[in-house]
Amino acid sequence: MTETWCMGVDAGSTASKCVVVDANGDIAATGLYGAGAGTVGPQRAVESALSALGIATDDIACMCATGYGRHVLEGSDMQVSELSCHAKGAAKLFPGARTIVDIGGQDAKVLCVGENGALENFVMNDKCAAGTGRFLDVMASIFECTVSDLSAYDAQANEVLPISSTCTVFAESEVISKLAQGLPIPDIVAGIHASVVERTYGLMRRAGIRPLVAMTGGVALNKGLRNRLAERAGHQIVTSPLAQFNGAFGAALYARENLVRA
Amino acid sequence: MSEEKTPAAAGQTPPKHVPAVLVLGQLAEKMYQDAYEAKERGEKIGWCSSNFPPEIAETLGLHVVYPESQAAAISAKGGSLPLLEYAEGELGFSNDLCAYARINLAYANVAACPNGERDMPLPDFVLGATSICETMMPWYEDLAYFLDIPMVFIDIPFNDGYDVDEKRITYLKGQFEHAVKQLEEITGKTWDEDRFQEVCDVSVASSKAWLEATSYVQYDPSPMNGFDLFNHMAVATTARPKKEALAAFNYLIDECKTFVKINKSTFKPDEKHRILYEGIAVWPYLKATAGPLIMQGVNVTGCVYCPAFSGVYDDMDGLMKAMTDVPNCQNLERATEARKKLCKDGKCEGALVHINRSCKMWSGFMPEMGRRIARDLDIPVVLFDGDQSDPRNFSEAQYQTRLQGLIEVMDNNKKGE
Repeated sequence: MTETWCMGVDAGSTASKCVVVDANGDIAATGLYGAGAGTVGPQRAVESALSALGIATDDIACMCATGYGRHVLEGSDMQVSELSCHAKGAAKLFPGARTIVDIGGQDAKVLCVGENGALENFVMNDKCAAGTGRFLDVMASIFECTVSDLSAYDAQANEVLPISSTCTVFAESEVISKLAQGLPIPDIVAGIHASVVERTYGLMRRAGIRPLVAMTGGVALNKGLRNRLAERAGHQIVTSPLAQFNGAFGAALYARENLVRA
Repeated sequence: MSEEKTPAAAGQTPPKHVPAVLVLGQLAEKMYQDAYEAKERGEKIGWCSSNFPPEIAETLGLHVVYPESQAAAISAKGGSLPLLEYAEGELGFSNDLCAYARINLAYANVAACPNGERDMPLPDFVLGATSICETMMPWYEDLAYFLDIPMVFIDIPFNDGYDVDEKRITYLKGQFEHAVKQLEEITGKTWDEDRFQEVCDVSVASSKAWLEATSYVQYDPSPMNGFDLFNHMAVATTARPKKEALAAFNYLIDECKTFVKINKSTFKPDEKHRILYEGIAVWPYLKATAGPLIMQGVNVTGCVYCPAFSGVYDDMDGLMKAMTDVPNCQNLERATEARKKLCKDGKCEGALVHINRSCKMWSGFMPEMGRRIARDLDIPVVLFDGDQSDPRNFSEAQYQTRLQGLIEVMDNNKKGE
């Protein structure tokens, strides 16, 4: 019998993610490309996932698009906001999770989900990109390292140097100034993480923190930042190596539901 | 006034109904024309802030136009950015300043819109009032300085208590009487108490009619697109002491009554959800903000900002109380109760809150107010960043994501998930 595949595509602001699920809603393949909505990114992420499974676009029974590029993604059968998709994906990736913290490329959000994984409420960052993945990208570029390298720096920190959490550009100036003073990079990185943590914790407080807390999005893979957030919030925070694919996974599950209902 | 009320004579085609939105729009336009004509006749005309009591100018027979309404109109027609840039680049004002103020200060200097979006005559005096807008004082002082004209100003205090107290009434009455004397000296006009009473009677009747008209949006199904109230608001702001405003609001009421009777609405799609919209419209992005609401069947059946421009009172003390008992001067507890009532009356399933970068005083307590509304009514409350007139302070994609999230939560709540 031929497998019925469903696909979710998260055309984000800085990266594109694709997940294909099988008839049980389990992840069969993933695709990732480091360019977001409005670029070749979504297409490349789709090609990558299809290639991993050895199937073609025609083999996909239903495709759901999410992320900022969801309304312009060619071939999608439905669109669902990344808010609901992250809630949906997290409900399956992290059974029992009631608070989802997602830090994406240009936004940060805290989702309150019900016992069944349905989105109940959410709080998002304001218009500024401070405290988002882009903020960390900018900081990493100062140290000529990748965002994932920041975690290793953080582990070596002896103290947390204060960095502005108000504005990415101001924070960049502060970091350069601290480097010019010869202050240790690990302590500066710890300050950068603490800055993101403070903004994220503010969102968590506004949304209301209910355990279990799960963290999704690419920034979730930054262990140093995740640990600092857990400490600040006073709650254990779980994540998964698939955290970055969580939105696309949720979209794929919506596509699967759509197929079943049809 | 409504054609629906007049049965067609035998053999005659019934007259076509003129939508209330057009009637109100024509009246708003007439206010500008009247001011232009008065200016041509050599009369002194003024610029007036929206919270300055309109009864004063009307009693003295003075024509005034409203910079805030003009700035909104310019912004809605896409003409705000060149004026904002002029205010920042040529005049040196910070872009943290209210966009209405920047637009108006630029207009006072250039005396023309970029593409004639909404011109108005330059003033011979300015009438300002605070009503939590502390920006208003230096803004109007600057106008007076730029144009070398007199300023009349009333400080309308915030109410930190739940109700308006006696000392605020006394404080306002003194300022009101002083403002009248100043205007008599500036314009040579004479205050007439009998005329003042007539004007107050019309103003109160207009306010009541406006409030009644806005309440129709709460009907289920609603006879109107709640976003239309932002258009109608101009008349409530600028013309409520005029008999024409009373007639226009009664016309709107008639239209609503008729629409309720025949199950018609200016909100075209089926109503899937009803929400409270908190804050002013994002004028430069009316289509981008109202369009997704309409397309997804979300009607604004609770609107805080629009009914704010009204005043119902019985006497002079009552007028003073009405001046400071407006939504922006109410404390958090009272303001929250008012929003909760609007949500209940409008059967709102959620709330969309505009955090208006131009008005930090209004937006400042919105996160806490939103939290209380969500807690007490168990409805989702979603905040989005924007600006009443500066197009650089709004992200369409961010708005759409937040709105879609709100709709998805309301969908889940309806399904009982």
